[in-house]
Amino acid sequence: MTRISVKVDGTTYEDEVEPRLLLVHYLRDRLGLTGTPIGCDTSNCGACTVDLDGESVKSCSVLAVQADGSDVTTVEGLAHNGELSGLQRAFHERHALQCGYCTPGMLMAARDLLRENPNPSADDVRQGLEGNLCRCTGYQNIVRAVLAASGQEVTA
Amino acid sequence: MSGTVEREVGRPRLRKEDARLITGQTNWTDNISVNGLLHVAILRSPMAHSRLDRVDVSAALDRPGVVAAFSGADLAEGLGSLPCAWPVTEDIVLPDHPPIAVDEVRYAGDPVAVVVARDRYAAADALEAIEVDYTPLPPVLDLEAALAEGAPLVHSDKGTNRCYDWPLKTGEDFDSVRECAEVTLKRRYHQQRLIPNAMEPRAVVVTPLAASGEYTVYSATQIPHILRVMLSVVTGVPEHKLRVVAPDVGGGFGSKLQVYGEEAIALTLARRLGRPVKWTESRSEGYLATHHGRGMIQDVEIAANRDGKLLGLKVDLLADMGAYLMLVTPGIPILGAFMYPAIYKMDSYDFTCTGVFTTRTPTDAYRGAGRPEATYAIERIMDDLAAELDLDPVELRHRNWIGHEDFPYTSIAGLTYDSGNYEAATEKALALFGYDKLRAEQADRNERGDAVRLGIGVSTYTEMCGLAPSRVLRDLRYAAGGWEAATIRMLPTGKVEVVTGTSPHGQGHVTCWSQIAADVLGVPFEDVEVVHGDTMAAPQGMDTYGSRSLVVGGSAVHHAALKVVEKARKVAAHLLEASEHDLEFTDGVFSVKGSPDARKTIQEVAFETFSSHDLPDGMAPTINAEYLVDPDNFSYPHGTHLCAVEVDTETGRTRIRSYVCVDDVGRVVNPAIVEGQVHGGLAQGIAQALFEEAVYDEEGNLLSGTMADYLVPSAADLPDFVTDRTETPSSTNPLGVKGVGEAGTIASTPAAVNAVVDALRPLGVRDVRMPCTPERVWQTLREAAR
Repeated sequence: MTRISVKVDGTTYEDEVEPRLLLVHYLRDRLGLTGTPIGCDTSNCGACTVDLDGESVKSCSVLAVQADGSDVTTVEGLAHNGELSGLQRAFHERHALQCGYCTPGMLMAARDLLRENPNPSADDVRQGLEGNLCRCTGYQNIVRAVLAASGQEVTA
Repeated sequence: MSGTVEREVGRPRLRKEDARLITGQTNWTDNISVNGLLHVAILRSPMAHSRLDRVDVSAALDRPGVVAAFSGADLAEGLGSLPCAWPVTEDIVLPDHPPIAVDEVRYAGDPVAVVVARDRYAAADALEAIEVDYTPLPPVLDLEAALAEGAPLVHSDKGTNRCYDWPLKTGEDFDSVRECAEVTLKRRYHQQRLIPNAMEPRAVVVTPLAASGEYTVYSATQIPHILRVMLSVVTGVPEHKLRVVAPDVGGGFGSKLQVYGEEAIALTLARRLGRPVKWTESRSEGYLATHHGRGMIQDVEIAANRDGKLLGLKVDLLADMGAYLMLVTPGIPILGAFMYPAIYKMDSYDFTCTGVFTTRTPTDAYRGAGRPEATYAIERIMDDLAAELDLDPVELRHRNWIGHEDFPYTSIAGLTYDSGNYEAATEKALALFGYDKLRAEQADRNERGDAVRLGIGVSTYTEMCGLAPSRVLRDLRYAAGGWEAATIRMLPTGKVEVVTGTSPHGQGHVTCWSQIAADVLGVPFEDVEVVHGDTMAAPQGMDTYGSRSLVVGGSAVHHAALKVVEKARKVAAHLLEASEHDLEFTDGVFSVKGSPDARKTIQEVAFETFSSHDLPDGMAPTINAEYLVDPDNFSYPHGTHLCAVEVDTETGRTRIRSYVCVDDVGRVVNPAIVEGQVHGGLAQGIAQALFEEAVYDEEGNLLSGTMADYLVPSAADLPDFVTDRTETPSSTNPLGVKGVGEAGTIASTPAAVNAVVDALRPLGVRDVRMPCTPERVWQTLREAAR
């Protein structure tokens, strides 16, 4: 067992964990933060994407011990005092989700994308979200939502 | 109801569902945790076909954290065969299907043993300690070889791999039609196996109340109601002691229209151990254990005159059942059987389907379920026929389709299409696409011998959806009915609960059913809540699949709301001291004709009914209402899809340049949701055309066994779609709606492949086997050049 200290969505947690414990299982099973889902076991789908010290990572590909001393933001930490983030609002307004299972990962990946490229083209968004799979939307409204959240005019 | 308030039906309302989903306040089955929860891991066969000589779980019991471990034989008592609810013929071969194999495994992934442990890691670890002795048996993989005399058998006790033969012959005799025809074409198409890939992997949690023998099953399922009945049959837990809940469910696409072994196993374990248990599949496990889709060989023959007039169609289908018959496995190709004639008039139709057992994961419903396969075959061969006759493919279709003035029209397959306007949808699509201009560019590039060829693919379609009239289902030997239920509860404060038997998993029923109820009741959209997916809270239902929910379930909501209004009218008339006939009902307000001040809102009536101080004599104190709908007919959406691709003849790579579709799904409740359904359907259909395939090696191992090997397209792989609609109301339901869930998937596969073939036809190519990957296109080009 290894002792770790991780700040998640503003709260600091200290825990003894097995070295092999995945960050996503730590979030879900130990902290009960089930907003971050698991969609695959090969880090292809991106459903479990979270922010680790300012960068988006697939939390199925990070060990909890690697997050020791880090600051993690999950989808559950995006809204503040009930106020949705711009991306969350845009996903809602542009109908960018159906079943919603990929949505936490999409939001976290899109947040990172906009941080790196505040003014992306539609193609930039498509390329930038390549690591996050959605089976419901065909991606079109996700692209629209990310463009809208960046403050750009979106047609249709 | 022709008031001043804007009607809800037809508005692009933002979804009520989203608030939870965008903030992570979700209730996926795998999120559920209770005190004392145990975790289940399943050991699966690494071989496609093998005898089980010995399964010894004893060493697993010594592993830390392990509470129990069982072989198939250990659990056989009280765990019956998994059900097949669609035995399509009287003499169908129905093999036994134990949830855990007892003496033989028949596909890679067939469960062999289970471990129950305190956490998921301990359970997975302990699988390694289970000892199994296998004696390999020959795999059965090729559909034609499987039917040959002396072929190795998947189920040796059955003496054959032939599951069933299902014929449908209508109109004139095809052989005579073929004799007289000026042109006949014969083609073989392959429908590759697909893995559905709902983003949420399957999961099940069972919590027991041991003392009273009651169980709650939480499952990532599309069909909580059907599951309850079937789990009761499989496990012997009495139905009234079972509650099934479908919490938030992350997509299904047919893959969660199933009664899975793991659901029965989890229930049995909770019963044996008296402890709550959870099983969650990993994605790679799901690739083996969640049913697959498609998997057919289609031999198609079309007969026509040289002017393009179709005379007849013959289809011989071999359908891969996989190793066992699951809930509706044999019926999937039969749903397609009625759709091969599509939107066309012809005099003869001759269809046969042979179901074949193989040592692969069972197949079953996957988005479209039989209808995409049918549409693919007819639309591919129509393009080939157009090429043969040197006709424009749109023109050939136009010469044969059912005119809008011909509806209702009984197709050669015997379905009565309620309504449609193929001319209008096609005209709109051609204009949006810029068809003539693209054809001109194509001709120019072909002439220049451009290395990157432009191809234009056309596909029209219709589909039977909105399952369905129960009597028709009976005639098709489907075990269940096709009705749907809705209850509307008017709460004392005037708020409204709509209880539905449909079970959404991304479709937006909460939003749409709210719109339907709000319109009829004249209450604000926000005042309506929708209850679903729990056999305790919504006890009656036939669940969600086959684009049936709005057509049948939405109609039930509409009817139930009308009944509420009629009950409320009696109360309002009594309170207003007027005759019912003198009451008007507009925007939720009952008023007396001629005295506009005498009024009661329906929400006030709800409270007065609750207090029940002053009700009409003999009236029960409720205006709640229940309604069950069993439709008279299916509904038949249609549309025209156009796809332009650029195919690089040097690399084989296909890029979709533009995609236009005009769908007619009848009246639309929420245009934003309809558009989203179309987008997602297109992505899945295009995925079959260009990207996805479940690949097996010659031993029967699934090679595309992880998401790294099976190409679910990402945003970077797909284009922006141009979608539009025409609106021809359905005549089979009061809302005038048709289904939309599968439309995009049905038409886009042939549209995309027709485009690829169209691009390469001048180079001698007349078919590319799906998926049209760069390698396959390149190989096809090389073969054509020889």
